[in-house]
Amino acid sequence: MGRMLVWLLSAVLALGAAAAPVVAEDFTIGYLQLSKDSRYAKKRTYARLLLEPLGRPYSGARVAIDEVKFHGAAVGATFKVKRHKGKGALGLLEGVDKLSAEGVRFFVVDAPADVLSELAGATKGRDLLLFNITAREDRLRQDQCQEHLLHVIPSFAMLTDALVQYLITRKWREILVLEGTSDDDKKFAEAFARSARLYGAEIVETRPFVLSNDPRQRDQNNITLLTTGVDYDVVFVADTDGEFARDVPYQTARPRPVVGSEGLGAAAWHWAWERHGAPQLENRFQDRAKRPMRDIDWAAWMAVKAVAEAVQRTESKDFAVLRDYLRGPDLVLDGFKGNRLNFRPWNNQLRQPILLVTHNWVVERAPLKGFLHQTNNMDTLGFNENDSGCRF
Amino acid sequence: MTSKRNTWLMTTAIAAGLAFGAQAKDTGYIFVSSEKDNAISVLDGKSYELVKKIGTAARPRHLQFNPDRTLIYVAAGDGSAIDVIDVGKLELVDRIGEIDDPELFDLSPDGKIMYISLEDDAKLGILDLEAYFAGREEKPELTVAAPGEDDDDEDDDDDDDDEDEEAREDDDDDDDEMLPGMKTVEVGGEPEGVLANPDGKTVYVTSEVANIVHVVDTEALEITKNVVVGNRPRRFVMTPDGTELWVSNELSGSVSILDAKTYDILDTISFLPRGFRPEEVTPVGITMTDDGSTAIVGLGRANHVAFVDTKSREIEDYVLVGERAWNTTFNRDNSLLFVTNGLSDDISIIDVASRKVVKSVPVGRVPHTVLIDD
Repeated sequence: MGRMLVWLLSAVLALGAAAAPVVAEDFTIGYLQLSKDSRYAKKRTYARLLLEPLGRPYSGARVAIDEVKFHGAAVGATFKVKRHKGKGALGLLEGVDKLSAEGVRFFVVDAPADVLSELAGATKGRDLLLFNITAREDRLRQDQCQEHLLHVIPSFAMLTDALVQYLITRKWREILVLEGTSDDDKKFAEAFARSARLYGAEIVETRPFVLSNDPRQRDQNNITLLTTGVDYDVVFVADTDGEFARDVPYQTARPRPVVGSEGLGAAAWHWAWERHGAPQLENRFQDRAKRPMRDIDWAAWMAVKAVAEAVQRTESKDFAVLRDYLRGPDLVLDGFKGNRLNFRPWNNQLRQPILLVTHNWVVERAPLKGFLHQTNNMDTLGFNENDSGCRF
Repeated sequence: MTSKRNTWLMTTAIAAGLAFGAQAKDTGYIFVSSEKDNAISVLDGKSYELVKKIGTAARPRHLQFNPDRTLIYVAAGDGSAIDVIDVGKLELVDRIGEIDDPELFDLSPDGKIMYISLEDDAKLGILDLEAYFAGREEKPELTVAAPGEDDDDEDDDDDDDDEDEEAREDDDDDDDEMLPGMKTVEVGGEPEGVLANPDGKTVYVTSEVANIVHVVDTEALEITKNVVVGNRPRRFVMTPDGTELWVSNELSGSVSILDAKTYDILDTISFLPRGFRPEEVTPVGITMTDDGSTAIVGLGRANHVAFVDTKSREIEDYVLVGERAWNTTFNRDNSLLFVTNGLSDDISIIDVASRKVVKSVPVGRVPHTVLIDD
């Protein structure tokens, strides 16, 4: 049987891509996205904000599919991605039901935190795994964690830990925080405050800003006024929209660097990362998507690669075997960031290096030198087993 | 006219090997490729002083002698070329152009066929050198990239807006025109390590993203076997008796040992120098003593090289070197081992008998490979 497959495979390869491999069964990975999603509005992607998407991350999943054409050889499977677009959590749930009926067990989900949380709640206890590729909210890894929800995209806590490690390394310890009005801005600022406490940085003041030109609100919309009357080494801006943050560098009352949503940011991926084979991945992505790869694109790619890796290593298509392998300690994922990656058993978060990025460069890769952890230095980023609020 | 004549001369020279009185000079020189300097540093074999820098196309990486050691082939990744250096003259004398991002290659035992991993195309290139030099239209201009420059100047003016991805879901339009003498075999993503079996019929290629060693039949131009190894397989070495194939797995921190006939995995050796954690150990370069008794593995970020007894498969020593130690090269009598440290811009020279670093020599930025003409 095995020899037969090898022979068939060689025959298929010899014929080139011309002949469709009729022998291999499809191993389909579901891909769920909202039919309308303001995060990808033309106006926002056009602005090319430091940490915001440049388009839907689906191309990342497609690049991964191209890479895993040999991963299913042992079980005679060819990997496919099937996309479902729906409205809200209910629309995505329909997709889960429909694809589940076709035997799909693994779902890459491109949805904001609330939709994702609802979807995970509605599918609890079912034989499937969801991969979160876009929602950074800490609560999904803490009190709202779910056993069947894996997080490929880093949490806010991981990102701010990376950023604060960098500030501490530079001895920029006194920080002025500018915080936006959205819920995500507040969560981002909260994560930063946690990281600052953890690593001994001092937040000298937190000032709320508003995105407006109203002269009556100028103490909250004028950057000079927002950054005056207090001394600090660095300004941290929590603005997940990024529109306000764009204006902060070069307009502060004091000549100080800006970090967070502008200036120096923290992300899972950046097109300028040039080590660990990253340019090759970036090239493949740009060939397909005609734009640079951002962190959520990377996460979509990584999620599909994770499933294929599990199939290759376990030589199985059995859901339980694959799920246990994916969540277990033997998983080795190559994220093109140098380290071997796998999921933290206590909250299903993918442990990974974080890149500290500007618009056109990667300044550093966290964990930074000198930040050590008793078992894995990557666990200096984000929630640990002992401070995890997740109970599966 | 002149250029055609030159081409002809060069072709003959390469085809005939010795036609121009080009003989192995045993110059004693040490050649080191520097990825970011776009040059090969030539060091004196005794004093380790810089003798010359030979400029190449952008991002020179793998270096290999032709069988009689009169020429060095240089894979210049960003320059999309394999450059040819004359060892006697210490000059860039020819170029095989239009090869997309070459990184590693190997030569057939007779030096006539070059096997190249074509990373971006996910193919193994099989280039008949005689056919290439005879069939090409003209010799490429031997431009040299300035240090730090990337001379891959293709622009394909992509527009940046995000059109519907579905429109181009299955456009596979990479049927570029082939070089004369070039054949290709499709392999897994990011082919990396290439090794030509001395039997001349088989070539091994690693695919970094597929975690696979492909066994390629070079006549039938097809893959005869896919062996799943560790994660991110990088380089090969074959035992001198031809019985075992050793493969470094960068991300798994290990070496897989394959039976070179059945391709069964005989053993896996995991490396862990004292004070390191498994995830910090990233083996890449791998080489063996001529008698096959000892294998040397460069452990990348763990900043050590490992000495492995090939019989017992036990790790005998870890020797501390510079940062990100990848490739290792022996001198001819195997008394010295040269290690390139990609992130500390130097090479470490190890005395093999005592297994101690006797000297560190600064070289250009991001050294990749050492060759020794002794």
